[in-house]
Amino acid sequence: MPRLIDRDGPAEDRWTTLGADDALPASGAVIVPLDRLEEAVDAVFDSAADSGLELGVHVPNNADPLRLRAGFDRLALISVEFPAFADGRGFSLGHRLRALGFKGRLRASGHVIADQFAYLLACGFDELALRDDVAERQPVEHFLKALKRISAGYQRGIPGRRSILDARRAARQGTNAAPR
Amino acid sequence: MYRYDEFDHRFVRERVAEFRDQVSRRLTGALTEDEFRPLRLMNGLYLQLHAYMLRVAIPYGTLEARQMRMLAEIAERWDRGYGHFTTRQNIQFNWPKLRDVPEILEALASVEMHAIQTSGNCIRNVTADPLAGVGPDEIEDPRITAEVVRQWSSLHPEFVFLGRKFKIAVTATEEDRAALAVHDIALQIVRSEAGETGYRVLVGGGLGRTPMLARELRAFLPKRDLLPYLEAALRVYNLHGRRDNKFKARIKILVHELGIEEYRRQVEEEFARIEHGHIAVPADELARIGAYFAPPALPERTGTPVEFERMKKLDPAFAAWAAQNTHPHRVPGHVAATISLKPVGGVPGDATAEQMRVMADLAEAHSADELRVTKEQNVILPHVALADLYKVYRGLVAIGLDAPNRGLVTDIVACPGLDYCALATARSIPVAQAISNRFADPARQREIGPLAIKISGCINACGHHHIAHIGILGLDKAGVESYQITLGGESTAPAALGERTGPGFSYDEVPDVVEKIVETYLKLRETPRESFLQTYRRVGMEPFKEVLYAEAH
Repeated sequence: MPRLIDRDGPAEDRWTTLGADDALPASGAVIVPLDRLEEAVDAVFDSAADSGLELGVHVPNNADPLRLRAGFDRLALISVEFPAFADGRGFSLGHRLRALGFKGRLRASGHVIADQFAYLLACGFDELALRDDVAERQPVEHFLKALKRISAGYQRGIPGRRSILDARRAARQGTNAAPR
Repeated sequence: MYRYDEFDHRFVRERVAEFRDQVSRRLTGALTEDEFRPLRLMNGLYLQLHAYMLRVAIPYGTLEARQMRMLAEIAERWDRGYGHFTTRQNIQFNWPKLRDVPEILEALASVEMHAIQTSGNCIRNVTADPLAGVGPDEIEDPRITAEVVRQWSSLHPEFVFLGRKFKIAVTATEEDRAALAVHDIALQIVRSEAGETGYRVLVGGGLGRTPMLARELRAFLPKRDLLPYLEAALRVYNLHGRRDNKFKARIKILVHELGIEEYRRQVEEEFARIEHGHIAVPADELARIGAYFAPPALPERTGTPVEFERMKKLDPAFAAWAAQNTHPHRVPGHVAATISLKPVGGVPGDATAEQMRVMADLAEAHSADELRVTKEQNVILPHVALADLYKVYRGLVAIGLDAPNRGLVTDIVACPGLDYCALATARSIPVAQAISNRFADPARQREIGPLAIKISGCINACGHHHIAHIGILGLDKAGVESYQITLGGESTAPAALGERTGPGFSYDEVPDVVEKIVETYLKLRETPRESFLQTYRRVGMEPFKEVLYAEAH
């Protein structure tokens, strides 16, 4: 069971997650903890040498998205921690990061279950790095099946998801009510 | 009355299939018990003391006859022949088997019903004025807004895993019959000075172990801004509400800790950032929903029907029932009639399958096919012609639901308590029954006048005891049931939380205690028209305390 999945299934994880003491490599793609973000940004963008490093950051689910905004154009990935599946702060944080204009890859990391995968994508996440114990119990098919369980939702303004309200409108106007 | 279209039908059916799949994944172990728990709760399924309990949503308390009949059928086929109407306008079945639940949900779906979000840390079933569409002073039917909120809050991807449950109520009259002040968010439909219809928004009310009354968040919110504003309010809560302590996780604690000004500032800031057009309900959708709540065509009937007057004279019990259990209607010659689910000595809010069927028949024949469930755990027939009232009454007599006690001392609200509930610390139902038996005499009940007694079997306050004129809270003191009494609570504006009289009383003492309080009130009231609450507000706690604790001194 791969640990990383996106809406199409298992995905290859090309990102290396660095700990507090791991040295920054010269190239590749690394995810640094939030408290090393400044140091990493300095190393990647402010050094004389043109660094070949792609930068991502891992943030807790109570991180302040406004403080991250300044670095949006330097971050290719933001990974949001989901410490427990019942702690839903990450959904709002993901939504906010997108609303504030983050265009890079948005990853959820931690305890998320199959039944929440559709909510993650609806809140702007691209991918999910599963916790090992969840991955062992819940194969990737469970996640992909869960995406198809509810074919349309009542909310509007969610990219990639069919809105019942908009579909009704389209039906009323006699136009094609295809998914947006 | 709202009708499902193809999209609503599909949504509910898909949700049932999803739950069926969740149950099977629980059985294979793919989902742990911890993971399954919130999923089943969000489909209304609790694990209680003796069995599972299924809480079915009755959005804004409105039912049609065919839906009430389905509830009767569920009670018979999958339960023990009865159901329990709750303080949140829902119904609970106390004895379903887990393996039957998907089938029950399918039966509900066939009559446009579900159990979605009747529990769990999500936006719960939306409640509203049970007299929606009845009163002459209503600005518009609050169920239009409630239905908009029901749809928007159903599986909202961002707000399904909140810190705690979240309750929204809607009214559209000056008189508050939905207990707005004890909701997480309350929407009161109002008219601005310019004549525009919109919402007065309250936030941060709730009962439970830390009862608080809601504060005004916005004096006037234009209608088109409803969903963007709710989204902003929920987002601030979801991000910043406490997650370290379940008992401090409701929005009332966040509002209390931040202060209403700071919470408002954050909500307004978020609201300003949201692209309203992406989220708001389009006007044509609002019109579509609104059309379902057009008032039923009731022929105006001038003058009082002769038959009604005659039967009142011939049948004094009918006259007493009609005087106590009806409410004026905007259409002349009609009333809304309350069916009290509080027969003397009965279980508050319980109805048998047979009683449900008769109520459905009466609604179909005499109330434009509509029924309402109230937070007082009664049922209302909202549109009854006076000329038909006696027929309705006789129908109720036949099933024992003719108690003429709406709003009186025996119209007691009680949670299931220790007879069913896994959270309970004391019994509620037998306490209600004992008080009801004590005050059985209808003449004595009328003499006492309006008096709301509400009983909760634990600190979570499902019995709404904090907003009762006489509140009773059952606790467990070292293995013995102990009942705390509060006085002076009130759910309508100006809402108030009851004050504790002092140390608690034993199970056996409660009826005597209530009687002492009532007798004290009768002695203290200045005129027979001064209600218990008015007297209490005038004289305060002291005289009651003296009577209750006299012997201890």
